[in-house]
Amino acid sequence: MKLDSKAPEGPLAEKWTKHKFNLKLVNPANKRKYDVIVVGTGLAGASAAASLGELGYNVKAFCFQDSPRRAHSIAAQGGINAAKNYQNDGDSIYRLFYDTIKGGDYRAREANVYRLAEVSVNIIDQCVAQGVPFAREYGGLLSNRSFGGAQVSRTFYARGQTGQQLLLGAYGALNRQIANGKVKMYTRSEMLDVVIVDGKARGIITRDLITGKIESHSAHAVLLCTGGYGNVFFLSTNAKGSNVTAAWRAHKKGALFANPCFTQIHPTCIPVTGDHQSKLTLMSESLRNDGRVWVPKTARPGLKAADAVNIPESERDYFLERKYPSFGNLVPRDVASRNAKYVCDEGRGVGTTGLAVFLDFSDAIKRDGEATIRAKYGNLFDMYAQITGDNPYKSPMMIFPAVHYTMGGLWVDYNLMTTVPGLYALGEANFSDHGANRLGASALMQGLADGYFVIPYTLGDYLAGMPYEKVSTDRPEFKEAIDTVQSRINKLLSIKGKKTVDQFHRELGLTMWDYCGMSRSEKGLKFAKEKIQKLKEEFWSNVAVLGGAGELNQELEKALRVADFIELGELMVDDALNRSESCGGHFREESATPDGEAKRKDDEFAYVAAWEYKGENQPEALHKEELIFENVKLTQRSYK
Amino acid sequence: MKITLKVWRQKDANSKGAFKTYEHSHVSQDMSFLEMLDVLNNELVQKGEESIAFDHDCREGICGMCSLYINGRPHGPLQTTTCQLHMRSFKDGETITIEPWRAKAFPVVKDLVVDRSAFDRIQRAGGYVSVNTGGVPDANEIAIPKKIADEAFDAATCIGCGACVAACKNASAMLFVSAKVSQFALLPQGQPERKERVEKMVAQMDDEGFGACTNTKACEAECPKGISVANIARMNREYFSAITSSYEVMAKGGGD
Repeated sequence: MKLDSKAPEGPLAEKWTKHKFNLKLVNPANKRKYDVIVVGTGLAGASAAASLGELGYNVKAFCFQDSPRRAHSIAAQGGINAAKNYQNDGDSIYRLFYDTIKGGDYRAREANVYRLAEVSVNIIDQCVAQGVPFAREYGGLLSNRSFGGAQVSRTFYARGQTGQQLLLGAYGALNRQIANGKVKMYTRSEMLDVVIVDGKARGIITRDLITGKIESHSAHAVLLCTGGYGNVFFLSTNAKGSNVTAAWRAHKKGALFANPCFTQIHPTCIPVTGDHQSKLTLMSESLRNDGRVWVPKTARPGLKAADAVNIPESERDYFLERKYPSFGNLVPRDVASRNAKYVCDEGRGVGTTGLAVFLDFSDAIKRDGEATIRAKYGNLFDMYAQITGDNPYKSPMMIFPAVHYTMGGLWVDYNLMTTVPGLYALGEANFSDHGANRLGASALMQGLADGYFVIPYTLGDYLAGMPYEKVSTDRPEFKEAIDTVQSRINKLLSIKGKKTVDQFHRELGLTMWDYCGMSRSEKGLKFAKEKIQKLKEEFWSNVAVLGGAGELNQELEKALRVADFIELGELMVDDALNRSESCGGHFREESATPDGEAKRKDDEFAYVAAWEYKGENQPEALHKEELIFENVKLTQRSYK
Repeated sequence: MKITLKVWRQKDANSKGAFKTYEHSHVSQDMSFLEMLDVLNNELVQKGEESIAFDHDCREGICGMCSLYINGRPHGPLQTTTCQLHMRSFKDGETITIEPWRAKAFPVVKDLVVDRSAFDRIQRAGGYVSVNTGGVPDANEIAIPKKIADEAFDAATCIGCGACVAACKNASAMLFVSAKVSQFALLPQGQPERKERVEKMVAQMDDEGFGACTNTKACEAECPKGISVANIARMNREYFSAITSSYEVMAKGGGD
């Protein structure tokens, strides 16, 4: 299979304009003859469904939550980048493009990233017109801040709830199209398979989560806007329901899965307190602007935050300041995360589990006063106190890294189409724009760029070449997909084993975290692969799923998702094994500089690894999309 | 910690429900309330008993999916969402009663899960600014006084969980509806549709069977996001202003 990115020729800044002109259009009167399925209603899905409905297409939108407003985009805190240069501080589309390519450690496609930067300015205009209440200055204009180490202030924000406000804006636009009859909304519906007819994606199979009814839906194109797969680690900052099933089912029907091992680990999360832990909570990394990260020089198992104040300065190891004197506590996410793991691996971690490091504000409070710190971080300190019961004004916070975002996803071309014609992937569900690591405040930007400003153009080009005829859901392809889904459900219900779905999920997550997380080695990955294969076998013979198929059955929902996570886990390990370089968010132990820092191998790995499913228990086939950099020069990062 | 739970179990929307008592001895004070239920559910499944169904998703207090009426209060004893409530807010040996939201407009689906689609239908009636994608002015062409923007933001932080309805003896949805009406009544972007919006949203609210507001302010006291009842006052003013001066009335020559 030859992977054609369809990235247009010509100068970078003209590619998208030229491409838009070359795309075929669907006559306004003919748009109503086409049906489009949109799965997922986060930023990418809601914006796509609304925009396509406005254009006149008939849209069917699906979400597994009880309302489209609950999609996990809602939880994004920090902000959204846009190259508006409102601050007159030297930002430009090219600079945002450059920062994103560099932040992704040169593993993203230039043309896509430039387009993302280009449409970023339209996103802010759109959201403001919808009434999204962004932060403003006293003069009434929009406020910006610098985010994630950027040297310009290009991040727009709505207090710590930017994702919520953007999603509610898109939800409003979606609601308007539902009211207009252009979008039909299916809530509490989970997509369990994609249906291919004559080589094209022509529909999906869903399960109504209330009645358990398996339903078929046909359309002229299918858009997967189903988010990332961070929950493969069980513990992540994702919502509990976030899952890979839609993308994974598409993968098994022919869509290539790109760079699955690229996951982002966020350094400032609230640590695990015990085996009952169900998810991890992120705190904005802006905390590292004033907090100092440390652990005791010698191991003190079980050290509590309240007792940390008694440890004298001479016995503290401010390990980031020590190892990276010029960046100190502000080293990038992956460096901060990895070093926290190292000190914990050495046994110097703190707290009841030993999997935590201190983030200490006492110096900042002494220097600036408690009121100043409260004004900057009050909401984060309150959140921390609420969850942990500790007072971070009096004793240091405890933090530990957690999985936050997945850069990998379904392979898509410049038009956001997967390798299955008519099947598209938008937002976090695709792999396209963030390379090996995502820049802060870029996830919201990408979701909305794809939904508002890319797919409305590129989808038309595909549909213009499609006949109007609808395919009937009575066709054998639909029946067959339904049978597969049903037999899978029946199988899960018939096992009646001893272990709960959560137990399997937790085991999978631990394996992934230990061997396919921030630091990886060939030996560890091979061990993980074996473990996952055994876990899969055990899952299908010993999982306990009670209740029936024809009712609200949350254990069954989880089981279907975990079954797919197990398979994805194995592919992530394969991908990590193949990519024997340190790159972006992950560190490969065999690929280090003499002083132990990450070493990227551009001559061997400047490509997208796209995996093709070859059948049950068969090794997947690797396809490479070589990345060609015509505009930026590849450099190694250094934070010493 | 050891606790006793009295949990509402109901097979589906059409069955009769009842309380069931569980002794739960594996509780740590660091658990969130939902993690406490996770642990119980895992124990139930291992004993061959069906788990307790409850809604949840983000578990960081923002998606609005979790609910639960705990010891007679929506989201329990603290003014936060259930997912942000931790077991350290309860005493060892305590008996905790868990019910679904109680409101006619929120029918029970199963156990502790209710149907809140009425909220979506109200938003659909007018909770947006009618602009299409593209063709909008530059973001900084719309200057908004910071104070107004902040007030609109405060109203816009509603997470749509339904605690306001559950807390109200009349099961009124006025706080929820007024939060969206206020956001757009305050902002310049909301002005063109200001009158129709409030009329349509209030009409839909009434159609859904929510009760009237009698100003007990229970909603504000229980709202996990601290949405103010001042929004209800604003919505009432918006509504009366709209129905007495709507374009239809004016077109007919001023309410003849």
